Amino acid sequence: MSVLQQLPASSRARAGLLAVGALAWTAAYWVNGRIWDLLLVDLVGLDPDARWTASLRFFCYDTVKIALLLGVIVFGVTLLRSYMSVERTRALLGGRREGAGNVLAAGLGVVTPFCSCSAVPAFIGFVAAGVPLGVTMSFLIASPLVNEVAIGLLLGLFGWQVTVLYVAAGLSVAIVAGWVLGRLHLDRWVEPFVLETPVVDGPTGARPRFEDRVRAAADEARSVLRRIWPYLLIGIGIGALIHGWAPEDLFTRYAGEGAAFGVVVAVLLGVPLYSNAAGVLPLVGALYDKGLPMGTLLAFMMSVVALSLPELILLRRVLKPPLLAVFVGVVASAIVAVGYLFNAVLT
Amino acid sequence: MRAPLQIAVLGPGCRNCRALEKATRRALDELGLDAEISHVTDYAAIAALGVLATPGLEVDGQVVLSGRVPSVAEVKDLLGAVEAE
Repeated sequence: MSVLQQLPASSRARAGLLAVGALAWTAAYWVNGRIWDLLLVDLVGLDPDARWTASLRFFCYDTVKIALLLGVIVFGVTLLRSYMSVERTRALLGGRREGAGNVLAAGLGVVTPFCSCSAVPAFIGFVAAGVPLGVTMSFLIASPLVNEVAIGLLLGLFGWQVTVLYVAAGLSVAIVAGWVLGRLHLDRWVEPFVLETPVVDGPTGARPRFEDRVRAAADEARSVLRRIWPYLLIGIGIGALIHGWAPEDLFTRYAGEGAAFGVVVAVLLGVPLYSNAAGVLPLVGALYDKGLPMGTLLAFMMSVVALSLPELILLRRVLKPPLLAVFVGVVASAIVAVGYLFNAVLT
Repeated sequence: MRAPLQIAVLGPGCRNCRALEKATRRALDELGLDAEISHVTDYAAIAALGVLATPGLEVDGQVVLSGRVPSVAEVKDLLGAVEAE
C-alpha cells in the first residue's frame, strides 16, 4: 500500500493538487524552451539571424523562465520555512558560544521565516535573552543575503553552480562578519533599553494546518512576482540590449580582471544602492556575459542586498552610531574579501 | 453580551501587518464579533510581549500569533478559542 493511499481523502486531494501543479509547472517550463523560435521566426516572420531577433528572443525566454523558477522556489522555500519560527531559532541559539554559534546562526538565518521589518524585534529578543551580539549579527546578516528571491534569480540566470557559490559566499560573509563583530566587544554601544526588555516566551498554540501553509506559500509567490515584475522586465530588458549591442570589452576595460580594485569599486557602488535582488541580478547577468569576473559581480550584488540605508535606519533604533559604523565596515570588508577570493579561485 | 474583544496588531505597519489586520477584520465580520482594534508599533513594546517576528496578534492580552500572515479561517479559529475561555 502506497503512502498516498494511507492518507485520508482530503489529504489525497491535496497531494493530487500539488502533483497537478508540479506537472503544469514542468510543462510550462518545457514549452518556454521551444516556443519562442516558433513564435518569433516561423509565425511572426522575424529574421532568425538579426540582432533584434536575438535580443527579443532572449528577453521573452528569460522573462518567462525566471518568473517560473522564481515562483516555484519562493513557493517551496516559504512552505518549508513555515515549519520554522524565529522563536524556535532563538531557543536553538540560546547559550551557544561564539564560533559554532555564528555558523548555526547564519544557517538559521537562511531557513527561518523572516521579513526585514522584524530585524529590530528579533535583535531585541535575541540579545535580551543572552544570545551574543556577534551571533545575533550573523543571523541578521545571513537572513536578507541568502534569500529565496536571490536564489531563484541566480538559478534562472546562472545555473546551480553559481547559486551554490553565492549561498556559500553569503553564509561565509555572515559567519565571518558576525564573528569579528563579536570579537570586538562592542556591547556598550547597544542601546541600553535592549537589555532591559523582559524576556517572554512567544505564542505557543496556533499551529497552521497544511493547507494554511500551502495557501500562505502560494500567496507569497504571487505577491513576490507582483511586486518585482517591473524590476525584472527592466533588468532583463537592459540585459537583452547589452547582450546584443554593447561591445564585448566596454566594461572589462574598466572593471575587468586586470583592474585590481574592481571588487572594492563594486562594493562601494553597491552599498548606497538600495534595491532588491530582482533589480540587480538581470543586470549582473548581462555584465557577466560581457566578461566581468563573477567574484566582482557577486560582491556587488551582496553589497546592494546586505547593506542599505532603510535597514541601517531600522538598526539605528538598537545600535548606537559607532556600532552601526563598525557593522557597515565589517560587513563591507567581508564582502570585498569574498569577492577577491572568488575571483582568485575561479580564474 | 460580553465586552468587545481587545485586539492589538503588533508590527511597525509594513505590508504583512496590514494583511494581518485585514484578515482579522474579515474574521470578526464573519463571526459577527465586536472588537476594538489597536496597534502596537513600538519595537521595544512588541519585543517585550515576546514577539520576535512581526506581524503579531494579541487578543484580550494574550499573544496568539506571530511571524506570519494567517488565513481568515485561521484567525476565526484563534478568535473562537479565546472567546470560548
